Amino acid sequence: MIQTFAFYLFAILVIASGSLTILARNPVHSVLWLIVSFFNAAGLMVLVGAEFIAMLLVIVYVGAVAVLFLFVVMMLNIDFAELRAGFMKNFPFGIAIALVLLAELILGIGAYRAGALKLGVPDGTAAPMAGQSNIENIGALLYSEYLFLFETAGLILLVAMIGAIVLTHRERATAHRGHQNISKQVRRRPEDATINASPEVGKGVSL
Amino acid sequence: MTEFFQSLGLTYEAAWAFATISGILLIALPLMLAVAMIIYVDRKIWASMALRRGPNVVGPFGLLQSFADGLKVFLQETIIPSAANKGLFLIAPIVTFTVALLAWAVIPFGPEAVLANINVGLLYVLAISSLGVYGVVVAGWASNSKYPFFSAMRAAAQMISYEVSIGFILICVVLWAGTFNMNGIIEAQRGHGLGIVNGFVFNILLFPMWVMFLISSLAETARAPFDLTEAESELVAGYQTEYSSMSFALFWLGEYANVLLMCALNAILFFGGWLPPLNVDWLPGYYVPGWIWLFGKIFFFFFIFSWVKATVPRYRYDQLMRLGWKIFLPLSLFFVVLVSGYLMLTRYAA
Repeated sequence: MIQTFAFYLFAILVIASGSLTILARNPVHSVLWLIVSFFNAAGLMVLVGAEFIAMLLVIVYVGAVAVLFLFVVMMLNIDFAELRAGFMKNFPFGIAIALVLLAELILGIGAYRAGALKLGVPDGTAAPMAGQSNIENIGALLYSEYLFLFETAGLILLVAMIGAIVLTHRERATAHRGHQNISKQVRRRPEDATINASPEVGKGVSL
Repeated sequence: MTEFFQSLGLTYEAAWAFATISGILLIALPLMLAVAMIIYVDRKIWASMALRRGPNVVGPFGLLQSFADGLKVFLQETIIPSAANKGLFLIAPIVTFTVALLAWAVIPFGPEAVLANINVGLLYVLAISSLGVYGVVVAGWASNSKYPFFSAMRAAAQMISYEVSIGFILICVVLWAGTFNMNGIIEAQRGHGLGIVNGFVFNILLFPMWVMFLISSLAETARAPFDLTEAESELVAGYQTEYSSMSFALFWLGEYANVLLMCALNAILFFGGWLPPLNVDWLPGYYVPGWIWLFGKIFFFFFIFSWVKATVPRYRYDQLMRLGWKIFLPLSLFFVVLVSGYLMLTRYAA
């Protein structure tokens, strides 16, 4: 009973906050509704027993990706009138994307109802191992059956990361005014930096 | 506890509901009391390090100071700035406070005394603590004011930076314990040091991880010396600038509940949680209930937090970022490789 109640609660909240994400006028509100939607989707994952995926969804999407979204959107000063002016121009394009997504959804559900797809995996290997938590199951599959795909995904992410750093990195001259050499600062001692002089009156000190 | 309610003649579902609700109350209410007292303790420690007396007027030794402060803010007027985003402005402190309480659901106070003994316990804590930043960011944005906004920017960048290295540190612990379950992690520490002392901290490979975790937890909870989100010399009071009365108090309570949580995590992950420090069964301490040991360890770490707050000057923001990204991240990544390599050679050698 409580499972059914929880399912409908999470499902309604996912749909409602998902709709509000696109309906909200303020982009910051949109991001916050998106976060609510992620969080409830994680609740649905817990209900089907995929607690590992649920936690990763919260950690990665809610905890990191959405924070960066919010970070960027908060700093943008968005002109709403300008946004609405472009609405009619982009309307056919938006409809086209929506139709493609709808077609894919129908196709996916139809294909699923026709029977599960076997992607060249020998029978039985993908079946959950009884008596193990799903972290152990995922780990065992990722590091044996899907090792190549897993490492390829890692490599792609690494390349993307290096690419982003290379694109934004600017070489600065070491004599740059704001440049800071931490070890040089730590090595500096009072006796190197100060002198104790008692000059005669009217003579001054030479620096 | 479910069995107890069932023995009163309730059905399983009703007994489960009663057991869960009473479990939540048994954790949340003492936690609130503990937060009130720990604020007093923090002020006392800080005062004595500054050669002051600290709160000493309300109640014996000033013990009731926090309650007097609580009553005071409760009676004050909630002021909402006219330019603020009203809904989000009011939701932000509630989010901070709720999230600070949520993570306590998986903290074990004894072998059986845990509200939710789930097998992704540590991931749950990581997930919930990554939500903590939203209260601060939303408060900063919704205030529609300069200094809270700067503070929100700082908080977002700071918490993301340190969560990365905290994640890697936790991976080292999980690799050694072989489980994400909190009680499993504690059990794995029994007799870890030569069979005598309990705790991963006595492991040569994990000791540097503990040092980094302690510093990262200071940064994650935005305590001094990493309290740049509320640096009063630059940002007035940071994201709390526009807040008053109860909404201000909720930030305050949530912050201290988070600090206690981080102290508890230090105790559970590296100092054996509810296990006594020595794994020798003829010592009297071996039979002291587990929750007393856990509270003692939490208090010990809280003392370290206060000590640091009283003695260390505040970091500059670029230094904070440098420490997180250029020192902790590579070092913790290196230790993940080192620990897994060591375990492959010894424990999992084919």
